[in-house]
Amino acid sequence: MKKPLEGILVIDFSQYLSGASASLRLADLGARVIKIEKPITGDNCRALYCSNVVMNGESSLFHAVNRNKESYVADMKNQVDREKVYQLIKKADILMHNFRPGVAEKLGIEYPQIQAINPEIIYGDITGYGKEGIWKDKPGLDLMIQSISGITQLNGNDGAGPVPIGLAVIDMLSGAHLAQGLLACLYRKQIKGIGGTVEVSMLASALEYQFESITCFFRDGGQPTIRPKSNSAHAYLGAPYGVYATKNGAIALAMGSIPFIGELIECTALANYPEAESWFTKRDEIKQILAEHLKTKDTKDWLAVLELADIWCAEVMDWKTLFDTEAFKVLEMVQEVNRSSGYTYKTTRCPIQINGAWLTSQTGSPLLGEHTEKISNEFSLN
Amino acid sequence: MLPLEGITVLEFAQFMAGPSAGLKFADLGARVIKIERPKTGEAGRQIALKNIFIDESSMVFHTANRNKESYAANLKDPQDLERVKQLIARADVMTHNFRPGVMEKIGLDYNTVQAINPGIIYGVVSGYGPIGPWAKKPGQDLLIQSLSGFVNLSGNKEDEPTASGLATSDIFTGVHLVQGILAALIERNHTGKGAKIEVSLLETTLDLQFELLTTYLNDGNLLPERTKQGHAHAYMEAPYGIYKTKDGYLAIALTPLDTLVKAMGLTLPDLFLDQNTWFSKRDDIMAFLSDYLVKETTQHWLDVFEPLDFRVSDVYDYKTLLNHEGYHALKMDQDVVTSDGISMKTTRCPIRIDGKRIFNKKSAPKVGENTAAINKEFNLGDS
Repeated sequence: MKKPLEGILVIDFSQYLSGASASLRLADLGARVIKIEKPITGDNCRALYCSNVVMNGESSLFHAVNRNKESYVADMKNQVDREKVYQLIKKADILMHNFRPGVAEKLGIEYPQIQAINPEIIYGDITGYGKEGIWKDKPGLDLMIQSISGITQLNGNDGAGPVPIGLAVIDMLSGAHLAQGLLACLYRKQIKGIGGTVEVSMLASALEYQFESITCFFRDGGQPTIRPKSNSAHAYLGAPYGVYATKNGAIALAMGSIPFIGELIECTALANYPEAESWFTKRDEIKQILAEHLKTKDTKDWLAVLELADIWCAEVMDWKTLFDTEAFKVLEMVQEVNRSSGYTYKTTRCPIQINGAWLTSQTGSPLLGEHTEKISNEFSLN
Repeated sequence: MLPLEGITVLEFAQFMAGPSAGLKFADLGARVIKIERPKTGEAGRQIALKNIFIDESSMVFHTANRNKESYAANLKDPQDLERVKQLIARADVMTHNFRPGVMEKIGLDYNTVQAINPGIIYGVVSGYGPIGPWAKKPGQDLLIQSLSGFVNLSGNKEDEPTASGLATSDIFTGVHLVQGILAALIERNHTGKGAKIEVSLLETTLDLQFELLTTYLNDGNLLPERTKQGHAHAYMEAPYGIYKTKDGYLAIALTPLDTLVKAMGLTLPDLFLDQNTWFSKRDDIMAFLSDYLVKETTQHWLDVFEPLDFRVSDVYDYKTLLNHEGYHALKMDQDVVTSDGISMKTTRCPIRIDGKRIFNKKSAPKVGENTAAINKEFNLGDS
C-alpha cells in the first residue's frame, strides 16, 4: 500500500518521547525520518530503561518510539559534521527538535539559520513551557507538567492527594499537536510553496487537553476542583460516572438515568433520585449506594442487564483479558518489527486506518549511527 | 496565513472525539460546518459538566465547537439530503461517528459520497474499529479507558482502577483523526484522489499505551503494578512519583536516586546501592524518601533541587496555576462571543504557526444558525 507521506523527508533532532512520538507518526504515514544523534550515547532515550527491561542493549521505550526510523550520527558542535547535516537539511521537508530554548541556537539549528539554508522548510519544535516567561528554562518533563497544569487534581477520589495519569500523556499529546501543525504546514507548502514554523509547548498542550474543565473553572467563578468521594472518574460529572467493584472484578458506568439503572439492577434506593440535577449534586451518596449494590453480583451478570437496555457500561479489563478477546484479535494491533541486528520485537501499530488498510511496517528501531554511511553516500555529504 | 485556509470540512460527528478534531481544523484555518438535525442539533449539546449551560447548549459543547458554523438538515428528508449532497460535492473533508450501517441507511456511506466527490477525505470515528464483535457496541471514553487496560495505570496499589478524569480517549482519537485526514489531504495534492480515514477509541487508547505495551509484550507479559504511594508510572524506577511535604506536595520525575539522596543530605542505604533495586524495591525507597521529604516545605525542597536542575516540580490546582505569571506568559486563554452577545472564556489552540498564536472570537453556533446563509452562498434553495 502506498502511504500518504511517501517522498517526505524529516530530519529529527528530538530526544526522549515528545518529539520522537511526532516523528513516529510521520514515519507511520509514510515519511522518511532520519534521527540526528550525538556520538557515543545517541538519543538519551536509548538508556531510559523501564521496569529494568533491556531489549537488545537498549530501552523498551526507545524501541517503541523509534521504530521505522534511520539513525545518522553527528556532533553538531563540530563544524565538519555540522556542514554535512546542513547539506542534508537542504533536501528536507521538515526539521524538528525538542530542545530547551537556546540549545538549538548553540547547535546551529535555530530557525533563521535553517531558513537561510532551506527557505521552504517546515520547522517544528516542542518546549516545556514556551519560549517566554519565567518558566521557559525549566526542564519540561511529563510528570512535572502534569503536576503544575492541574491534571493531578482531576484523577482519583477526593482526599487522595494529587493523582497523575500513569503514563507520559503530555509528551504524547504535545507530540501529536506538533504532528498536526507540521502536516497542516506541509499541506500549505504544497499549495503555496511556503515554509513556516510550528511551535508547541507541553504546558499549552496540557491546558488544551483540559479545555472542558478549565473553561468550567473560568465559568463557575473559579471554584475548586472537587472529586467524588468514591468511584471517581471525572470531577465535573455526576453519578453514575465511575468504576465500581463487582463480586469478581470491576465495571465502568458512564452516563445514564439513575432511577432507570436502579430498576435494571433492582436497587430500589436509586428510585429516590428522580431529578437529573441530583445525580450531580448528590453524586457521593448515589455512588455509595451503587458501589454497595454492584458488589453483590459478577460483572457479566450486570453487563447482561445493562447492555440490553443500552446503558453505557463496560467490563474493566487488564491487558491479558483484553488480548484474549476476539474484538482485540481482529484489530491486529500488535506487530512484529525487526532490527538490522536480527533482533525481533513486538510493538503496537499506528492507530490510523486508510482506505480500509492498516499502516504497518516491519522496520524496527535503528542501531546508533546505523545509517550514517549510507546517508552520507546517498546525499553526497562531504 | 493559516495553513488550512480554503479547506471546507463538513462535520456530521457528535460528542467529543469528532468535534475536537473539527475544532483543530477550524483553528488551523479551515471552514468547519456542522451538519445537525433541526431543532435539537447534535447530541453533545446536552452533555454538561456541573450542569453548566451557556444558552440552550452546554458549556462543554461550546468549548469543543467554537469557531464553527451550523447547517440544519434532516437527513431522512430527501430535499434536505439533496442539499447536503450538494455541499458534499464542494467540500474537502467530512467526518462522522455514526455506528456501522447508519450512513449506509442514510445514503451517505463512503462509496456514495466518493461518487459525488472523488476528492473528498471521509473521516470515520468508531468505538472499537469497523470490524469484529464489538463493532456495533457504543464507544464512550470511560468505557474504553476501562476495557483497554488504561485504568490500571493510575492511582496507588490499593486503589480501585483509576480513570483519567477527562476525556482522554476522545481527545487522542480526535487528534489521530486530524493526522490521518491531513496526511490524506497532502496525498490528494499529488493524486487528486480522496481517501477514507478511520480511527477508533480503542485503537487510539492502545496507541496511547504503546510504550508500556511494548515493555509488556517483550517482558514476558508481566502486568503493570502500581506503587503503594505517590504512584506516577507503572514501569518507572524510584524516585519517580509524587511526595507529600510539610505544606503540600512535590513531584519528582526522572532524577537518579543517588544524586537526589545526596542533595537531600542523606546517605543511600546499602539496601538500595544496586541500581536494579531502584525499580524492584521502589515501594521501600519511596517510603524511605517520604519520611524525609514530609519534614520540610515544598519551597524548601524546590530551593534545594532546582539550582541543581533536578526534574522536580510543585503541584498546582487551577487557582494557583491560572493566576501564576508563568501561565500568563503563555497567553493561553481567549474570550469567545456568541451571536447573542454571551461571552465565554476558554483556551486557545496550543499550536503556534509562523510564530503567531492562534486566537478566534467566534463561538459555537446555534443549531442551524448558518443554514440560510449557506443555502444562499451555495445556491441550494430554501430549506
